Amino acid sequence: MTTLLQVTRLTRRFGGYTALADVGCDVTAGTIHALIGPNGAGKTTLFNIVSGVLRPTAGALVYEGRDYTGARADQVFAMGIARNFQQVRLFKGLSVVENVMVGCHARMGGLLRDLANLALPKPATEAAARRRALEMLELVGMGSRTKGLPQELTLVDQRRLEIARALASTPKLLLLDEPAAGMNPTEVRELASLVRRIVALGITVLLVEHHMRFVMAIADTITVLSAGRVIAQGPPDVIQKDEGVIAAYLGAAQ
Amino acid sequence: MLGGYWDSVAIFVGINVLMGMSLYIPMAAGLISLGQGGFMAIGAYTSAMLTKEGFSLALALPAGAGLAALAGLIVGAPALRVRGIYLMILTLGFGEIVRVFFLNFEPTGGATGLGGIPPLSQLHWVVLACAVAIFIAWRLRGARLGRAMIAIHEDDVAAEAMGIRLVTVKLFAFALGAGLAGVAGVFYAHQALYIDANQFDFSRSALTFLYVVLGGPANPLGPVAGAALVTLLPEFLRVVADWRMTFFGALLVAFAIWRPDGLLPAPRFK
Repeated sequence: MTTLLQVTRLTRRFGGYTALADVGCDVTAGTIHALIGPNGAGKTTLFNIVSGVLRPTAGALVYEGRDYTGARADQVFAMGIARNFQQVRLFKGLSVVENVMVGCHARMGGLLRDLANLALPKPATEAAARRRALEMLELVGMGSRTKGLPQELTLVDQRRLEIARALASTPKLLLLDEPAAGMNPTEVRELASLVRRIVALGITVLLVEHHMRFVMAIADTITVLSAGRVIAQGPPDVIQKDEGVIAAYLGAAQ
Repeated sequence: MLGGYWDSVAIFVGINVLMGMSLYIPMAAGLISLGQGGFMAIGAYTSAMLTKEGFSLALALPAGAGLAALAGLIVGAPALRVRGIYLMILTLGFGEIVRVFFLNFEPTGGATGLGGIPPLSQLHWVVLACAVAIFIAWRLRGARLGRAMIAIHEDDVAAEAMGIRLVTVKLFAFALGAGLAGVAGVFYAHQALYIDANQFDFSRSALTFLYVVLGGPANPLGPVAGAALVTLLPEFLRVVADWRMTFFGALLVAFAIWRPDGLLPAPRFK
């Protein structure tokens, strides 16, 4: 069991407010690792730091044995960490397929290749990216809805589209921030089977989710955050019986 | 080709189409510049000085475009740390700096301007330059770089999280736009034959903005339609010529209400 991502003593302050304090967490390669906790526990902040959108105040991030603390979001993405967003953030001026193709960009060469491609009628990298994008849409169950603009899709399809866009880059670690939000029970079941298919492809999944039945059903390991601190860590059956966790969610017995 | 007067009108339409394209490209990446007149001035003065010294247009054109693009890189590097309205103010400031510089810079004529520029702007070269600019813009729309530009325009946080290097793409768009404004400046200098700093003032940059917004900022052919409309209408309608700025100001307001996407809407890409 190798550790893919290692978060060590991570602290993040916003002014006088400490969103994360000394958070530590190891994500094992090939597993589904869930991050749960009450609202305001710091889950999304932790996601933003791991994906390079925010910088930590203190602490270290190690991915595949390499310290990447302070790297920009695009550098983190290039290392193989892709994400979705809790508040869906798609590119409205691009079609559904083009949105997914953006996920392939990091593997399509640099500026010089781009300039050479402008002169070619049908560049090979474009065709390959389109094929890959269509495969990803098929994988997330949107094979029949590849045309049109993202804002014409239902919220659930928009969430699926974001996952397809993240997967297009062939990441090793996929960060999913509340993927089940707004989904009905059938859609949550489809999502669970999608996450399992993603893991079967050799991709490690770190997810934040409030849907407890979903989390307990698919997670291998759960980390519980409360008020910016890790209060419990372990497999679902242990977490469900942990008194500290129950107290954080329901309030402690007097 | 069309006879003296119409030849000249067609060349000015072409120059304005180039100006429109020079703003269309950075605007595709969400970068609104109100200083395109400054880059045009750099292209015009550079090329005029060279051809007056006897160099050919084949050398003066790339020199003017290159120097304008270089200025775009130099201004762009710090300017791209700000967004939206702040970038507009910053580029507006840049345009004014360039104008005041040429107004006071004696080696290029200062306030008296620069005359005796050889008439080298031929219609077919202007048309070719426009065709190349439109071709680049069109090809970009269906390519990695153009998608990255639109992604940044729509949501730069998501774009960066999808691996797009914001600085590289924004600088490329800004410098390419500046270079195109430089090309427009080169043709302008060799058509007007006399240039002074005030020909590249804020109203030049504002008109450029008008071409793109009226024509359609999401369609590569939008600036062409916009530039043609704004340049040709006063030639056909005397009333428009007399009330030029008032008319176009009113037109801009009307478009904002009834046709916010401009004359040509965004093409549907699969």
